[in-house]
Amino acid sequence: MFHIYCPYCCEYREEEEFHAAGQSHIARPLDPDACTDKEWGEFMYFRANPRGIHHELWVHAAGCRQYFNITRDTQTYEIKEVYKVGEQPTVVANNAK
Amino acid sequence: MQHYSGFGLLKHSFSHHENWQRVWRNPTPKKKYDVIIVGGGGHGLATAYYLAKEFGVTNVAVIEKGFLGGGNTARNTTIVRSNYLWDEAAHLYEHAMKLWEGLSQDLNYNVMFSQRGCLNLGHTLQDMRDIQRRVNANRLNGIDGEVLDAQQVQEIVPVLDCSDRARYPVLGASWQPRAGVARHDAVAWGFARGADSHGVDLIQQTEVEDLIIEDGTVVGVRTARYGEIRADRVGCVVAGNSSVLAKMAGFELPLESHPLQALVSEPIKPILDTVVMSNQVHGYASQSDKGDLVIGAGIDGYNGYGQRGSYSTIEHTIQAIVEMFPVFSRVRMNRQWGGIVDTCPDACPIISETPVKNLFFNCGWGTGGFKATPGSGHVFAASLAKGEMHPLAKPFSMFRFHNGALVDEHGAAGVAH
Ligand SMILES: Cc1cc2nc3c(=O)[nH]c(=O)nc-3n(C[C@H](O)[C@H](O)[C@H](O)COP(=O)(O)OP(=O)(O)OC[C@H]3O[C@@H](n4cnc5c(N)ncnc54)[C@H](O)[C@@H]3O)c2cc1C
Ligand SMILES: [Zn+2]
Repeated sequence: MFHIYCPYCCEYREEEEFHAAGQSHIARPLDPDACTDKEWGEFMYFRANPRGIHHELWVHAAGCRQYFNITRDTQTYEIKEVYKVGEQPTVVANNAK
Repeated sequence: MQHYSGFGLLKHSFSHHENWQRVWRNPTPKKKYDVIIVGGGGHGLATAYYLAKEFGVTNVAVIEKGFLGGGNTARNTTIVRSNYLWDEAAHLYEHAMKLWEGLSQDLNYNVMFSQRGCLNLGHTLQDMRDIQRRVNANRLNGIDGEVLDAQQVQEIVPVLDCSDRARYPVLGASWQPRAGVARHDAVAWGFARGADSHGVDLIQQTEVEDLIIEDGTVVGVRTARYGEIRADRVGCVVAGNSSVLAKMAGFELPLESHPLQALVSEPIKPILDTVVMSNQVHGYASQSDKGDLVIGAGIDGYNGYGQRGSYSTIEHTIQAIVEMFPVFSRVRMNRQWGGIVDTCPDACPIISETPVKNLFFNCGWGTGGFKATPGSGHVFAASLAKGEMHPLAKPFSMFRFHNGALVDEHGAAGVAH
């Protein structure tokens, strides 16, 4: 069971209150009309799936209902940091592209 | 290979069963193979078996980082069915179903395939419409199926709460009589024994740490234990770890790895002689031949490579089971475990060529690939033998996420298993 710190409520709450919403920092193509099928497919369907450090979007669904980011290790499940939408992570994988 | 038979059992009883042959060898790998299969789960072993037996490619190695069948193959809830909605998926799973029906004889190994039938319950009007549509689609594809009302369901499963007191009353179900369960370990062992007897080298305790790629063509694998092992073709069948292997090859797959868990109860007397699944309350259960209730949960909502699941998921699952079967509320659970499943955005597998020449992937089976084991192995073996995808595998190319030809089985086939 995770205890997750909500950066908006400024409190630790149980995992049950939250919902994971997938990879964070996915930029929508600026000019969708100019995308190739490959670029569009990649935006739609391809997500990072690292064995290790992962940046993901969570929502405090049963709390303040705000979205925020978590950096988490997908192997040890350790939550490295929590940061607001619009902010950048400070913990990144060594081999990150 | 020693042939198993009633007579053999009798004969060996005279020597107190001490002289049975080993089920498979434990060879040191050669320097070079025609085909290397990475991953010794059911799908990898089935691929090796059919490669050798049907396609005459016997210079094959299966390289497994742990032990055979130690991945999802022996962690699943063993449900086998073929009542998928879309033609592409239905044909693939039905191909597997037909192979299941003769598998124990073919392998001379009892995989305990039991066609006890499978019910997918409907709890809302929309569920019932979807069920009707799916059963009609199945029948048009020559796959058995029936739509049952609540009373017919109650007759098949007396312990199911079909009353209107339930929070989500059972309105009916789809029923596939040919569906059922199989003993998952035995499936891995049977295919392993069969592959070994045709000369396939099963290399255990050996992790593939890199793929050797020269001029855009795969030429082998690198292992810590045996160094480089070369091959003309490489097939990766590593379930939850597919993204990791794809990264070694320098491309990405549209997969996310999630823990999926299952539970078994203490053994109880026979009470449930079919498989019951519910998408709506999300729980599914069957009873093993040993007597334990085999219960499946949903995936954890977040990516993870830890082979355990979250507690809240167990709680939701048990709530669903007790909702459906109030009579199970006092049964104690014995064990719980998780496996890592690689889920695809369209809930369908990837059986595909890749951007690297001679490198093939078979993955993305998500939460429901056990039922496909023989079919997956068979079509993948055909593709590896010919260097060209089998017609049943073609719609499952990884490039469908670029050209848009998805096979969207999400929710179309009852529960996600
Ligand atoms: C809890 C649970 C319940 C399920 N219930 C059902 C069900 O009821 N019905 C159904 O149809 N499906 C079910 N499934 C899904 C099903 O189990 C899988 O889709 C199927 O077993 C996949 O088979 P596989 O052979 O591809 O994978 P696996 O059996 O996972 O085999 C992959 C193998 O690759 C090995 N490997 C990984 N990386 C490397 C490497 N680098 N080098 C060497 N080897 C490597 C692993 O050790 C593993 O043995 C369930 C899964 C789970 C976890
Ligand atoms: Zn909050």
